[in-house]
Amino acid sequence: MDIDYSEKVKEHFRNPRNVGTIKDADAVGRVGNPVCGDVMEIQLKIEDNIIKDIKFQTFGCASAIATSSMITEMAKGKTLDEALEITRNDVADELDGLPPIKMHCSNLAADALHSAIEDYMEKQKKGELKLGENEYDV
Amino acid sequence: MRIYMDNASSAPVDKRVIEAMFPYFDTHVGNPTSLHSSGIDARRALENARESVASLIKAQSKEIIFTSGGTESNNIALRGAAQRKKKKGNHIIITAIEHMSVVNTCKDLQREGFEVTTVPVDKYGLVDQARIEAEITNRTIIISCQYANSEIGTIQPIAQIGAMTREQDIIFHVDAVAAAGKIHIDVQQDNIDLLSISSNDLYGPRGVGALYVRSGILLRPVMTGGGQERGLRSGSENIPAIVGMGKACEIIKEEIKSDSGRMESLQERLIEGVLGNMQHAYLTGHRTRRLPHIASYRFSFIEGESIILSLNDLGIEASTGSACSVKTLEPSHVLIAIGLRPEEAHGSLLLSLNRWNTEKEVDYVLESLPLVVDRLRALSPLYNGD
Ligand code: FES
Repeated sequence: MDIDYSEKVKEHFRNPRNVGTIKDADAVGRVGNPVCGDVMEIQLKIEDNIIKDIKFQTFGCASAIATSSMITEMAKGKTLDEALEITRNDVADELDGLPPIKMHCSNLAADALHSAIEDYMEKQKKGELKLGENEYDV
Repeated sequence: MRIYMDNASSAPVDKRVIEAMFPYFDTHVGNPTSLHSSGIDARRALENARESVASLIKAQSKEIIFTSGGTESNNIALRGAAQRKKKKGNHIIITAIEHMSVVNTCKDLQREGFEVTTVPVDKYGLVDQARIEAEITNRTIIISCQYANSEIGTIQPIAQIGAMTREQDIIFHVDAVAAAGKIHIDVQQDNIDLLSISSNDLYGPRGVGALYVRSGILLRPVMTGGGQERGLRSGSENIPAIVGMGKACEIIKEEIKSDSGRMESLQERLIEGVLGNMQHAYLTGHRTRRLPHIASYRFSFIEGESIILSLNDLGIEASTGSACSVKTLEPSHVLIAIGLRPEEAHGSLLLSLNRWNTEKEVDYVLESLPLVVDRLRALSPLYNGD
Protein backbone atom coordinates (compact mmCIF):
# COMPACT_ATOMS: atom_id res chain seq x y z
CA MET A 1 0.00 0.00 0.00
CA ASP A 2 0.97 3.49 -0.82
CA ILE A 3 0.57 6.72 1.21
CA ASP A 4 1.94 7.07 4.70
CA TYR A 5 -0.66 4.92 6.36
CA SER A 6 0.22 3.12 9.58
CA GLU A 7 0.13 -0.66 9.68
CA LYS A 8 -3.04 -0.44 11.74
CA VAL A 9 -4.79 1.70 9.17
CA LYS A 10 -3.81 -0.73 6.44
CA GLU A 11 -4.95 -3.66 8.52
CA HIS A 12 -8.37 -2.13 9.20
CA PHE A 13 -8.71 -1.15 5.56
CA ARG A 14 -7.93 -4.68 4.44
CA ASN A 15 -10.05 -6.38 7.10
CA PRO A 16 -12.65 -3.92 8.28
CA ARG A 17 -14.64 -4.98 11.39
CA ASN A 18 -18.39 -4.66 11.80
CA VAL A 19 -19.27 -4.04 8.19
CA GLY A 20 -22.90 -3.97 7.11
CA THR A 21 -26.29 -3.09 8.46
CA ILE A 22 -28.35 -4.22 11.46
CA LYS A 23 -31.83 -5.61 11.08
CA ASP A 24 -34.15 -3.57 13.35
CA ALA A 25 -31.41 -1.13 14.18
CA ASP A 26 -32.31 1.17 17.05
CA ALA A 27 -30.52 4.10 15.50
CA VAL A 28 -28.88 5.21 12.29
CA GLY A 29 -26.37 7.96 11.70
CA ARG A 30 -25.53 8.97 8.17
CA VAL A 31 -23.14 11.79 7.39
CA GLY A 32 -21.55 13.20 4.28
CA ASN A 33 -18.11 14.66 4.05
CA PRO A 34 -18.29 18.24 2.83
CA VAL A 35 -14.62 18.19 1.91
CA CYS A 36 -14.57 15.44 -0.66
CA GLY A 37 -18.09 14.07 -0.93
CA ASP A 38 -17.83 10.77 0.94
CA VAL A 39 -20.66 9.14 2.85
CA MET A 40 -20.62 7.10 6.05
CA GLU A 41 -23.42 5.31 7.82
CA ILE A 42 -23.41 3.75 11.28
CA GLN A 43 -26.20 1.62 12.71
CA LEU A 44 -26.66 0.76 16.36
CA LYS A 45 -28.40 -1.86 18.47
CA ILE A 46 -28.82 -0.50 21.96
CA GLU A 47 -29.85 -2.19 25.19
CA ASP A 48 -29.92 -0.48 28.58
CA ASN A 49 -28.02 2.47 27.15
CA ILE A 50 -25.22 0.19 26.04
CA ILE A 51 -24.13 -0.27 22.42
CA LYS A 52 -24.75 -3.99 21.97
CA ASP A 53 -24.08 -4.07 18.27
CA ILE A 54 -22.70 -1.60 15.76
CA LYS A 55 -22.26 -1.80 11.99
CA PHE A 56 -20.94 0.62 9.41
CA GLN A 57 -20.85 1.26 5.69
CA THR A 58 -18.50 3.76 4.08
CA PHE A 59 -18.12 5.29 0.66
CA GLY A 60 -14.69 6.84 0.86
CA CYS A 61 -10.96 6.46 0.92
CA ALA A 62 -8.91 3.84 2.72
CA SER A 63 -8.55 6.08 5.73
CA ALA A 64 -12.31 6.67 5.91
CA ILE A 65 -12.89 2.92 5.84
CA ALA A 66 -10.22 2.24 8.47
CA THR A 67 -11.49 4.97 10.82
CA SER A 68 -15.06 3.75 10.58
CA SER A 69 -13.95 0.21 11.27
CA MET A 70 -11.91 1.38 14.25
CA ILE A 71 -14.63 3.53 15.74
CA THR A 72 -17.09 0.64 15.66
CA GLU A 73 -14.61 -1.43 17.65
CA MET A 74 -14.09 1.37 20.13
CA ALA A 75 -17.80 2.04 20.60
CA LYS A 76 -19.00 -1.51 20.93
CA GLY A 77 -19.95 -2.36 24.52
CA LYS A 78 -19.71 1.25 25.67
CA THR A 79 -22.55 3.22 27.23
CA LEU A 80 -24.00 5.95 25.05
CA ASP A 81 -22.38 8.64 27.18
CA GLU A 82 -19.00 6.97 26.90
CA ALA A 83 -19.40 6.55 23.16
CA LEU A 84 -20.30 10.22 22.77
CA GLU A 85 -16.94 11.09 24.28
CA ILE A 86 -14.99 9.37 21.49
CA THR A 87 -13.36 12.09 19.39
CA ARG A 88 -11.75 11.98 16.01
CA ASN A 89 -8.37 12.29 17.68
CA ASP A 90 -9.08 9.20 19.77
CA VAL A 91 -9.78 7.24 16.61
CA ALA A 92 -6.70 8.54 14.87
CA ASP A 93 -4.57 7.76 17.96
CA GLU A 94 -5.97 4.27 18.17
CA LEU A 95 -4.91 3.78 14.53
CA ASP A 96 -1.36 4.98 15.34
CA GLY A 97 -2.06 8.25 13.58
CA LEU A 98 -3.31 9.42 10.21
CA PRO A 99 -1.57 11.56 7.59
CA PRO A 100 -2.61 15.20 8.30
CA ILE A 101 -4.45 15.45 4.98
CA LYS A 102 -6.57 12.48 6.05
CA MET A 103 -7.65 13.75 9.46
CA HIS A 104 -10.98 14.95 8.06
CA CYS A 105 -11.90 11.33 7.28
CA SER A 106 -11.77 10.48 10.98
CA ASN A 107 -14.08 13.43 11.57
CA LEU A 108 -16.57 11.64 9.42
CA ALA A 109 -16.41 8.50 11.56
CA ALA A 110 -16.88 10.39 14.82
CA ASP A 111 -19.71 12.42 13.31
CA ALA A 112 -21.50 9.32 12.07
CA LEU A 113 -21.29 7.67 15.48
CA HIS A 114 -22.45 10.78 17.31
CA SER A 115 -25.30 11.33 14.88
CA ALA A 116 -26.44 7.72 15.36
CA ILE A 117 -26.47 8.20 19.13
CA GLU A 118 -28.29 11.50 18.81
CA ASP A 119 -30.79 9.79 16.53
CA TYR A 120 -31.40 7.25 19.29
CA MET A 121 -31.78 9.91 21.94
CA GLU A 122 -34.24 11.80 19.78
CA LYS A 123 -36.28 8.68 19.29
CA GLN A 124 -36.20 8.01 23.02
CA LYS A 125 -37.50 11.47 23.73
CA LYS A 126 -40.31 11.07 21.23
CA GLY A 127 -41.04 7.63 22.63
CA GLU A 128 -41.36 9.04 26.15
CA LEU A 129 -43.62 11.73 24.83
CA LYS A 130 -45.83 9.14 23.20
CA LEU A 131 -45.94 7.16 26.42
CA GLY A 132 -47.04 10.32 28.21
CA GLU A 133 -49.77 10.97 25.68
CA ASN A 134 -51.02 7.47 26.09
CA GLU A 135 -51.21 7.89 29.83
CA TYR A 136 -53.09 11.08 29.26
CA ASP A 137 -55.48 9.20 26.95
CA VAL A 138 -56.17 6.67 29.64
CA MET B 1 4.16 -10.35 -9.62
CA ARG B 2 3.94 -6.54 -9.99
CA ILE B 3 1.87 -5.27 -12.88
CA TYR B 4 2.57 -1.70 -13.80
CA MET B 5 -0.27 0.11 -15.54
CA ASP B 6 0.40 3.68 -14.47
CA ASN B 7 2.46 4.67 -17.46
CA ALA B 8 0.72 7.99 -17.91
CA SER B 9 2.30 9.01 -14.59
CA SER B 10 5.72 7.61 -15.29
CA ALA B 11 6.93 5.06 -17.81
CA PRO B 12 9.94 2.74 -17.76
CA VAL B 13 12.95 3.75 -19.82
CA ASP B 14 13.77 1.47 -22.74
CA LYS B 15 17.02 -0.50 -22.20
CA ARG B 16 18.27 0.56 -25.63
CA VAL B 17 17.85 4.16 -24.53
CA ILE B 18 19.77 3.62 -21.32
CA GLU B 19 22.59 2.03 -23.30
CA ALA B 20 22.76 4.95 -25.67
CA MET B 21 22.96 7.36 -22.73
CA PHE B 22 25.74 5.64 -20.80
CA PRO B 23 28.80 6.98 -22.66
CA TYR B 24 27.57 10.53 -22.14
CA PHE B 25 27.95 10.28 -18.40
CA ASP B 26 31.65 9.49 -18.31
CA THR B 27 33.58 9.12 -21.55
CA HIS B 28 31.73 11.72 -23.65
CA VAL B 29 31.62 14.61 -21.26
CA GLY B 30 31.98 17.64 -23.48
CA ASN B 31 29.85 20.76 -23.41
CA PRO B 32 28.43 21.52 -26.86
CA THR B 33 29.70 25.08 -26.65
CA SER B 34 33.33 24.02 -26.15
CA LEU B 35 35.72 24.13 -29.07
CA HIS B 36 37.69 20.94 -28.41
CA SER B 37 36.99 17.46 -29.69
CA SER B 38 34.76 16.52 -26.76
CA GLY B 39 32.79 19.68 -27.37
CA ILE B 40 32.35 18.81 -31.04
CA ASP B 41 31.33 15.34 -30.00
CA ALA B 42 28.66 16.69 -27.67
CA ARG B 43 27.45 19.12 -30.32
CA ARG B 44 27.07 16.27 -32.77
CA ALA B 45 25.16 14.18 -30.23
CA LEU B 46 22.90 17.11 -29.48
CA GLU B 47 22.16 17.76 -33.13
CA ASN B 48 21.56 14.08 -33.86
CA ALA B 49 19.04 13.95 -31.06
CA ARG B 50 17.37 17.08 -32.36
CA GLU B 51 17.11 15.47 -35.77
CA SER B 52 15.46 12.37 -34.26
CA VAL B 53 12.92 14.39 -32.31
CA ALA B 54 12.12 16.53 -35.35
CA SER B 55 11.65 13.55 -37.57
CA LEU B 56 9.12 11.96 -35.18
CA ILE B 57 6.74 14.90 -35.64
CA LYS B 58 7.69 15.81 -39.23
CA ALA B 59 9.47 19.01 -38.24
CA GLN B 60 12.86 20.42 -39.26
CA SER B 61 15.56 19.93 -36.69
CA LYS B 62 16.16 23.66 -36.27
CA GLU B 63 12.57 23.94 -35.05
CA ILE B 64 13.21 21.80 -31.97
CA ILE B 65 14.44 23.11 -28.64
CA PHE B 66 15.17 20.88 -25.69
CA THR B 67 13.62 21.58 -22.31
CA SER B 68 13.28 19.82 -18.97
CA GLY B 69 9.96 18.22 -19.91
CA GLY B 70 6.35 18.81 -20.87
CA THR B 71 5.66 21.31 -18.13
CA GLU B 72 8.57 23.51 -19.12
CA SER B 73 7.68 23.24 -22.80
CA ASN B 74 4.15 24.40 -22.08
CA ASN B 75 5.46 27.27 -19.98
CA ILE B 76 7.95 28.45 -22.60
CA ALA B 77 5.33 28.19 -25.33
CA LEU B 78 2.50 30.02 -23.58
CA ARG B 79 4.46 32.62 -21.67
CA GLY B 80 6.84 33.16 -24.57
CA ALA B 81 4.12 33.62 -27.16
CA ALA B 82 1.89 35.72 -24.89
CA GLN B 83 4.68 38.17 -24.02
CA ARG B 84 5.82 38.37 -27.60
CA LYS B 85 2.35 38.98 -28.97
CA LYS B 86 0.95 41.28 -26.33
CA LYS B 87 1.01 44.27 -28.62
CA LYS B 88 -1.36 42.45 -30.95
CA GLY B 89 -3.74 41.28 -28.26
CA ASN B 90 -4.14 39.74 -24.84
CA HIS B 91 -6.62 36.93 -25.34
CA ILE B 92 -5.82 33.23 -24.99
CA ILE B 93 -8.18 30.30 -25.59
CA ILE B 94 -7.68 26.90 -23.98
CA THR B 95 -9.91 23.86 -23.44
CA ALA B 96 -11.35 22.70 -20.14
CA ILE B 97 -9.23 19.55 -19.99
CA GLU B 98 -5.72 20.89 -20.47
CA HIS B 99 -2.84 19.71 -18.32
CA MET B 100 -2.25 21.67 -15.10
CA SER B 101 0.92 23.16 -16.61
CA VAL B 102 -1.29 24.87 -19.18
CA VAL B 103 -4.13 25.69 -16.77
CA ASN B 104 -1.92 27.22 -14.11
CA THR B 105 0.35 29.02 -16.56
CA CYS B 106 -2.75 30.66 -18.03
CA LYS B 107 -3.95 31.58 -14.54
CA ASP B 108 -0.64 33.25 -13.96
CA LEU B 109 -0.88 35.09 -17.28
CA GLN B 110 -4.33 36.26 -16.23
CA ARG B 111 -2.75 37.95 -13.23
CA GLU B 112 -0.51 39.77 -15.66
CA GLY B 113 -3.50 41.12 -17.55
CA PHE B 114 -4.09 38.47 -20.18
CA GLU B 115 -7.63 37.22 -20.69
CA VAL B 116 -8.21 33.50 -20.86
CA THR B 117 -11.29 31.75 -22.22
CA THR B 118 -11.79 28.11 -21.36
CA VAL B 119 -13.83 26.24 -23.94
CA PRO B 120 -15.88 23.33 -22.58
CA VAL B 121 -15.70 19.77 -23.91
CA ASP B 122 -18.54 17.30 -24.42
CA LYS B 123 -19.16 14.23 -22.26
CA TYR B 124 -16.56 12.29 -24.24
CA GLY B 125 -13.97 14.97 -23.69
CA LEU B 126 -14.11 16.22 -27.27
CA VAL B 127 -13.80 19.90 -27.99
CA ASP B 128 -15.86 21.35 -30.79
CA GLN B 129 -13.84 23.44 -33.21
CA ALA B 130 -16.85 25.69 -33.82
CA ARG B 131 -17.03 26.53 -30.11
CA ILE B 132 -13.41 27.60 -30.17
CA GLU B 133 -14.04 29.66 -33.27
CA ALA B 134 -16.98 31.38 -31.60
CA GLU B 135 -14.68 32.64 -28.84
CA ILE B 136 -12.13 34.21 -31.16
CA THR B 137 -11.92 37.99 -31.04
CA ASN B 138 -9.54 40.37 -32.76
CA ARG B 139 -7.43 40.30 -29.61
CA THR B 140 -6.98 36.51 -29.63
CA ILE B 141 -3.30 35.67 -29.89
CA ILE B 142 -2.99 32.01 -28.81
CA ILE B 143 -5.15 28.91 -28.94
CA SER B 144 -3.84 26.04 -26.88
CA CYS B 145 -5.37 22.57 -27.18
CA GLN B 146 -3.91 19.25 -26.18
CA TYR B 147 -3.51 16.61 -28.86
CA ALA B 148 -5.04 13.97 -26.62
CA ASN B 149 -5.85 13.64 -22.97
CA SER B 150 -3.78 11.47 -20.65
CA GLU B 151 -6.63 10.72 -18.21
CA ILE B 152 -9.41 9.76 -20.60
CA GLY B 153 -7.50 9.22 -23.84
CA THR B 154 -9.71 11.40 -26.04
CA ILE B 155 -8.03 12.67 -29.21
CA GLN B 156 -8.95 16.20 -30.32
CA PRO B 157 -9.69 17.37 -33.88
CA ILE B 158 -6.27 19.01 -34.10
CA ALA B 159 -6.10 19.29 -37.89
CA GLN B 160 -9.38 21.22 -38.00
CA ILE B 161 -8.38 23.59 -35.24
CA GLY B 162 -4.98 24.01 -36.88
CA ALA B 163 -6.45 24.98 -40.22
CA MET B 164 -8.67 27.53 -38.54
CA THR B 165 -5.92 29.13 -36.44
CA ARG B 166 -3.59 29.36 -39.41
CA GLU B 167 -6.25 31.09 -41.44
CA GLN B 168 -6.89 33.59 -38.66
CA ASP B 169 -3.22 34.14 -37.91
CA ILE B 170 -3.43 32.98 -34.32
CA ILE B 171 -0.63 30.98 -32.70
CA PHE B 172 -1.63 27.35 -32.26
CA HIS B 173 -0.01 25.54 -29.34
CA VAL B 174 -0.53 21.83 -28.90
CA ASP B 175 0.37 19.87 -25.79
CA ALA B 176 1.21 16.50 -27.31
CA VAL B 177 2.81 14.95 -24.23
CA ALA B 178 0.26 12.14 -24.02
CA ALA B 179 -0.14 11.63 -27.76
CA ALA B 180 3.44 11.67 -29.05
CA GLY B 181 4.80 8.24 -29.79
CA LYS B 182 1.33 6.73 -29.53
CA ILE B 183 -0.26 8.19 -32.65
CA HIS B 184 1.26 9.81 -35.75
CA ILE B 185 1.83 13.51 -35.45
CA ASP B 186 2.56 15.77 -38.39
CA VAL B 187 3.06 19.39 -37.39
CA GLN B 188 3.05 20.55 -41.03
CA GLN B 189 -0.16 18.88 -41.99
CA ASP B 190 -1.91 19.97 -38.79
CA ASN B 191 -0.69 23.57 -39.01
CA ILE B 192 0.77 23.50 -35.53
CA ASP B 193 2.98 26.40 -34.44
CA LEU B 194 4.15 25.18 -31.03
CA LEU B 195 4.09 21.59 -29.79
CA SER B 196 5.19 20.21 -26.43
CA ILE B 197 6.49 16.69 -25.91
CA SER B 198 8.11 14.88 -23.05
CA SER B 199 10.77 12.20 -23.24
CA ASN B 200 9.46 9.85 -20.58
CA ASP B 201 6.20 9.28 -22.41
CA LEU B 202 8.34 7.95 -25.27
CA TYR B 203 10.22 5.56 -22.92
CA GLY B 204 13.09 8.02 -22.66
CA PRO B 205 14.54 9.42 -19.41
CA ARG B 206 12.59 11.81 -17.25
CA GLY B 207 13.57 15.44 -16.83
CA VAL B 208 13.87 16.15 -20.53
CA GLY B 209 11.41 17.18 -23.19
CA ALA B 210 11.16 19.30 -26.27
CA LEU B 211 9.24 22.16 -27.74
CA TYR B 212 8.66 22.46 -31.45
CA VAL B 213 8.72 26.11 -32.49
CA ARG B 214 7.71 26.50 -36.10
CA SER B 215 10.26 28.56 -37.97
CA GLY B 216 9.05 32.12 -38.10
CA ILE B 217 7.30 31.96 -34.73
CA LEU B 218 9.02 34.23 -32.24
CA LEU B 219 8.89 33.74 -28.51
CA ARG B 220 10.19 35.78 -25.64
CA PRO B 221 12.50 33.53 -23.60
CA VAL B 222 11.44 32.58 -20.09
CA MET B 223 14.91 31.40 -19.12
CA THR B 224 17.68 33.86 -19.83
CA GLY B 225 21.42 33.18 -19.76
CA GLY B 226 23.99 31.87 -22.19
CA GLY B 227 21.58 31.75 -25.10
CA GLN B 228 21.49 28.00 -25.70
CA GLU B 229 18.66 26.47 -27.73
CA ARG B 230 18.13 29.44 -30.02
CA GLY B 231 18.13 31.68 -27.00
CA LEU B 232 14.88 30.15 -25.83
CA ARG B 233 16.23 27.90 -23.15
CA SER B 234 19.52 29.04 -21.69
CA GLY B 235 21.55 26.66 -19.58
CA SER B 236 24.05 23.96 -20.50
CA GLU B 237 22.26 21.17 -22.31
CA ASN B 238 21.63 17.97 -20.39
CA ILE B 239 23.41 15.87 -22.99
CA PRO B 240 22.88 12.35 -21.58
CA ALA B 241 19.16 12.97 -21.20
CA ILE B 242 18.87 14.61 -24.61
CA VAL B 243 20.73 11.71 -26.22
CA GLY B 244 18.29 9.39 -24.46
CA MET B 245 15.30 11.32 -25.71
CA GLY B 246 16.73 11.25 -29.24
CA LYS B 247 17.22 7.51 -29.07
CA ALA B 248 13.71 7.04 -27.69
CA CYS B 249 12.29 9.02 -30.64
CA GLU B 250 14.33 7.02 -33.10
CA ILE B 251 13.04 3.74 -31.69
CA ILE B 252 9.45 4.82 -31.39
CA LYS B 253 9.38 6.16 -34.91
CA GLU B 254 10.24 2.68 -36.15
CA GLU B 255 7.98 0.84 -33.74
CA ILE B 256 5.00 3.12 -33.29
CA LYS B 257 2.80 1.03 -35.52
CA SER B 258 3.48 -2.31 -33.89
CA ASP B 259 3.62 -0.78 -30.39
CA SER B 260 0.35 1.03 -30.70
CA GLY B 261 -1.30 -1.89 -32.45
CA ARG B 262 -0.35 -4.21 -29.61
CA MET B 263 -1.44 -1.77 -26.91
CA GLU B 264 -4.66 -1.09 -28.70
CA SER B 265 -5.65 -4.75 -28.66
CA LEU B 266 -4.75 -4.98 -24.96
CA GLN B 267 -6.76 -1.84 -24.34
CA GLU B 268 -9.70 -3.30 -26.20
CA ARG B 269 -9.46 -6.43 -24.06
CA LEU B 270 -9.36 -4.29 -20.92
CA ILE B 271 -12.33 -2.18 -21.96
CA GLU B 272 -14.47 -5.06 -23.18
CA GLY B 273 -13.51 -7.21 -20.23
CA VAL B 274 -14.74 -4.60 -17.80
CA LEU B 275 -17.77 -3.19 -19.59
CA GLY B 276 -18.94 -6.62 -20.68
CA ASN B 277 -18.65 -8.30 -17.29
CA MET B 278 -19.04 -5.75 -14.56
CA GLN B 279 -22.11 -3.92 -13.34
CA HIS B 280 -22.23 -0.13 -12.97
CA ALA B 281 -18.92 0.24 -14.79
CA TYR B 282 -18.51 2.93 -17.43
CA LEU B 283 -15.84 3.99 -19.85
CA THR B 284 -14.64 7.59 -19.54
CA GLY B 285 -13.54 9.38 -22.68
CA HIS B 286 -14.38 8.62 -26.28
CA ARG B 287 -14.97 5.02 -27.37
CA THR B 288 -13.06 5.23 -30.65
CA ARG B 289 -11.22 8.55 -30.80
CA ARG B 290 -8.83 7.52 -28.06
CA LEU B 291 -5.15 6.92 -27.46
CA PRO B 292 -4.20 3.24 -27.72
CA HIS B 293 -2.83 2.92 -24.20
CA ILE B 294 -5.49 4.57 -22.02
CA ALA B 295 -8.21 2.38 -20.49
CA SER B 296 -10.19 4.71 -18.23
CA TYR B 297 -13.32 3.91 -16.29
CA ARG B 298 -15.53 4.85 -13.45
CA PHE B 299 -17.26 2.49 -11.07
CA SER B 300 -20.35 3.64 -9.19
CA PHE B 301 -20.65 3.58 -5.37
CA ILE B 302 -16.93 3.29 -4.59
CA GLU B 303 -13.95 5.56 -4.19
CA GLY B 304 -10.73 5.61 -6.21
CA GLU B 305 -8.06 5.70 -3.52
CA SER B 306 -9.60 2.56 -2.03
CA ILE B 307 -9.56 0.96 -5.48
CA ILE B 308 -5.92 1.88 -6.06
CA LEU B 309 -4.74 0.63 -2.67
CA SER B 310 -6.70 -2.59 -3.00
CA LEU B 311 -5.29 -3.22 -6.48
CA ASN B 312 -1.85 -2.46 -5.11
CA ASP B 313 -2.32 -5.19 -2.53
CA LEU B 314 -2.93 -7.53 -5.46
CA GLY B 315 0.20 -6.36 -7.23
CA ILE B 316 -1.43 -3.99 -9.71
CA GLU B 317 -0.38 -0.35 -10.01
CA ALA B 318 -2.83 2.13 -11.50
CA SER B 319 -4.20 5.63 -10.80
CA THR B 320 -7.41 7.55 -10.12
CA GLY B 321 -8.82 11.06 -10.42
CA SER B 322 -10.69 10.82 -7.10
CA ALA B 323 -10.68 13.83 -4.80
CA CYS B 324 -9.53 11.63 -1.92
CA SER B 325 -6.35 10.74 -3.80
CA VAL B 326 -4.87 14.23 -4.02
CA LYS B 327 -3.70 16.87 -1.59
CA THR B 328 -6.20 19.45 -2.80
CA LEU B 329 -9.11 17.05 -2.14
CA GLU B 330 -10.60 18.13 -5.42
CA PRO B 331 -11.61 15.68 -8.13
CA SER B 332 -9.74 15.74 -11.42
CA HIS B 333 -10.77 18.80 -13.44
CA VAL B 334 -10.88 16.60 -16.53
CA LEU B 335 -13.56 14.33 -15.06
CA ILE B 336 -15.59 17.30 -13.90
CA ALA B 337 -15.26 18.88 -17.36
CA ILE B 338 -16.79 15.80 -19.01
CA GLY B 339 -19.79 16.26 -16.74
CA LEU B 340 -19.18 13.80 -13.92
CA ARG B 341 -20.49 14.69 -10.49
CA PRO B 342 -17.79 14.62 -7.80
CA GLU B 343 -19.10 11.32 -6.40
CA GLU B 344 -18.93 9.84 -9.89
CA ALA B 345 -15.39 11.10 -10.37
CA HIS B 346 -14.67 9.39 -7.03
CA GLY B 347 -14.90 5.96 -8.64
CA SER B 348 -12.49 6.68 -11.49
CA LEU B 349 -9.74 4.27 -12.46
CA LEU B 350 -7.04 4.79 -15.04
CA LEU B 351 -5.06 1.89 -16.47
CA SER B 352 -2.35 3.24 -18.77
CA LEU B 353 -0.28 0.75 -20.75
CA ASN B 354 3.28 0.62 -21.99
CA ARG B 355 4.90 -1.32 -24.82
CA TRP B 356 5.87 -4.18 -22.51
CA ASN B 357 2.49 -4.98 -20.98
CA THR B 358 1.22 -8.45 -21.87
CA GLU B 359 -2.06 -10.21 -22.40
CA LYS B 360 -1.40 -12.28 -19.31
CA GLU B 361 -1.13 -9.12 -17.24
CA VAL B 362 -4.34 -7.80 -18.72
CA ASP B 363 -6.14 -11.02 -17.86
CA TYR B 364 -4.88 -10.91 -14.30
CA VAL B 365 -6.17 -7.34 -13.99
CA LEU B 366 -9.52 -8.43 -15.37
CA GLU B 367 -9.69 -11.22 -12.79
CA SER B 368 -8.66 -8.97 -9.91
CA LEU B 369 -10.75 -5.93 -10.61
CA PRO B 370 -14.16 -7.48 -9.85
CA LEU B 371 -12.83 -8.78 -6.52
CA VAL B 372 -11.75 -5.31 -5.53
CA VAL B 373 -14.87 -3.57 -6.77
CA ASP B 374 -17.22 -6.09 -5.17
CA ARG B 375 -15.46 -5.89 -1.83
CA LEU B 376 -15.59 -2.11 -1.77
CA ARG B 377 -19.21 -2.07 -2.87
CA ALA B 378 -20.09 -4.39 -0.02
CA LEU B 379 -18.69 -1.66 2.24
CA SER B 380 -20.56 1.15 0.54
CA PRO B 381 -23.77 2.68 1.92
CA LEU B 382 -24.69 3.80 -1.60
CA TYR B 383 -24.81 0.30 -3.02
CA ASN B 384 -27.97 -1.70 -2.60
CA GLY B 385 -26.79 -4.92 -4.17
CA ASP B 386 -28.07 -4.87 -7.71
S1 FES C 1 -12.88 10.06 2.51
FE1 FES C 1 -12.13 11.45 1.02
S2 FES C 1 -10.11 11.69 1.70
FE2 FES C 1 -10.85 10.23 3.10
